Amino acid sequence: MLNLALTHTIPTPEGPRPLHVELALSPGERLALYGPSGVGKTTLLRLIAGLARPDQGRIAFGDTVWCDTGRRVHAPARERRVGYVFQDYALFPNMRVRDNLAFAQPTPNRNRLDELLALTRLAPLAERYPHQLSGGQRQRVALARALAQEPQLLLMDEPLSALDPALRVALREEIDEILHTVQLTTVIVSHDLGDVFRLAHRVAVLEPGKVAALGTPRDVLLPPTPGGRHALSGTVLAIEPADVLWRVTVAIGNDTVATLSADVDQLRIGAPVAVQLNGSSAVLQPA
Amino acid sequence: MIALQAADIQPFWLTLKLATITTMVLIVLAIPLARWLAFGRSPLRPIVETLCNLPLVLPPTVLGFYLLVSFSPVSFTGRWLQDVLGLKLVFTFSGLVIGSVIFSLPFMLQPLVAAFRQLPSNLIDAARTLGKTEGTILTRVILPNARAGLLSGTVLAFAHTVGEFGVVLMLGGGVTGDTQVASIALYRKVEALDYAGAHSYALVLVSFAFVVLLLLRLIQSRHETRPC
Repeated sequence: MLNLALTHTIPTPEGPRPLHVELALSPGERLALYGPSGVGKTTLLRLIAGLARPDQGRIAFGDTVWCDTGRRVHAPARERRVGYVFQDYALFPNMRVRDNLAFAQPTPNRNRLDELLALTRLAPLAERYPHQLSGGQRQRVALARALAQEPQLLLMDEPLSALDPALRVALREEIDEILHTVQLTTVIVSHDLGDVFRLAHRVAVLEPGKVAALGTPRDVLLPPTPGGRHALSGTVLAIEPADVLWRVTVAIGNDTVATLSADVDQLRIGAPVAVQLNGSSAVLQPA
Repeated sequence: MIALQAADIQPFWLTLKLATITTMVLIVLAIPLARWLAFGRSPLRPIVETLCNLPLVLPPTVLGFYLLVSFSPVSFTGRWLQDVLGLKLVFTFSGLVIGSVIFSLPFMLQPLVAAFRQLPSNLIDAARTLGKTEGTILTRVILPNARAGLLSGTVLAFAHTVGEFGVVLMLGGGVTGDTQVASIALYRKVEALDYAGAHSYALVLVSFAFVVLLLLRLIQSRHETRPC
């Protein structure tokens, strides 16, 4: 569906550095671009959307070539039908929520607009301006607007990074449900493991200059055996049965820790958790 | 002392006509120019912006002098304008409009460019990903969100045209009924030692300037309290 192979110079604190990326997404797949800040995740989204041109390479969606530097082909952003959820949401301040969505529609369709408002639980806020909304509400408007244009590909740039942790968990689940409903091919940029495990089918781990790993979040990011460095707080990434106990994987900073727990009733994937060191094992409590 | 004769009203009408036409021409000219200066990538932008802003620091008589020389029928450009386009621009109202447009351009351009540059670039990128043309982006996204700059520029350009003196005197010559605007009429009254008449013109112009500045302040404070 989406195929790209490109090289593009990324400005880094150590000077310009070329990033080489080859990726292929199948229809309906959700891919996370995961990696530290400044590695080129947002730049890659902008290249896919047509908001920037790669130094070299090719981007194609289905049979349509969006960009091919060798043949001097570059379809402008407006021709690509790509839904883009910006990190700062980029809602039009002069338009009400409903108008933001209506502006995005390729042809006016009131019923479809009402459906989207209902899907994203924005119907009661439809007549408000963006500055009258909370961060979480703006995020939902940004997603609804991207969907209103009936895109063939959805791009989300750090969709939850501006939100506080509690809201982030709730909204992450909402976005997961919405993406499940719309079944769009989606690329999500995040440096948060909770986002990656909850929202993505596959993850491409970006390191300076390259894609360091590509696969399911479980294969790429989870440690093979229980253990690892323990810290005091983290995010639940996975809960799975392990004989009479549960194996719980937690993100602590940029590391992952797998440990065994007897009680997981109050733990949720993507939720914050307190990890208390207790001899050779760890006790997990919802934070 | 402050009673104006019917004949004395005429310069005010001429001033309003000149300011209105100049402002309308400037709106049409300055919007695409400001957009190019704010969002374009050409390395020529600083040079063009500096040229457009020259009237801010030039004595008006300098600009008026160069325009007079350029438009004069004895010059190459003046002869070309007259022979090819049939335009006579020295001591005519059309010449005044052109001189006023050039002289008031920075007063319209500066607030517009500043307002455009304050817009988050993601707003324009978002509109592009939504499939919008550059024209739609200008009319539906950029201008509505930069309306305080557009209003300020319009008011300033209009007011500045009303207050012009040097350019209109040099290029217009102060021909009664054709190019004698209020500021020139005031000058002529003083020359004729008619201080009562001069007072009348001066008072109207001062009142107008006060109202304009008050209006600008209200526009700015409204923009500060209501983000959009």
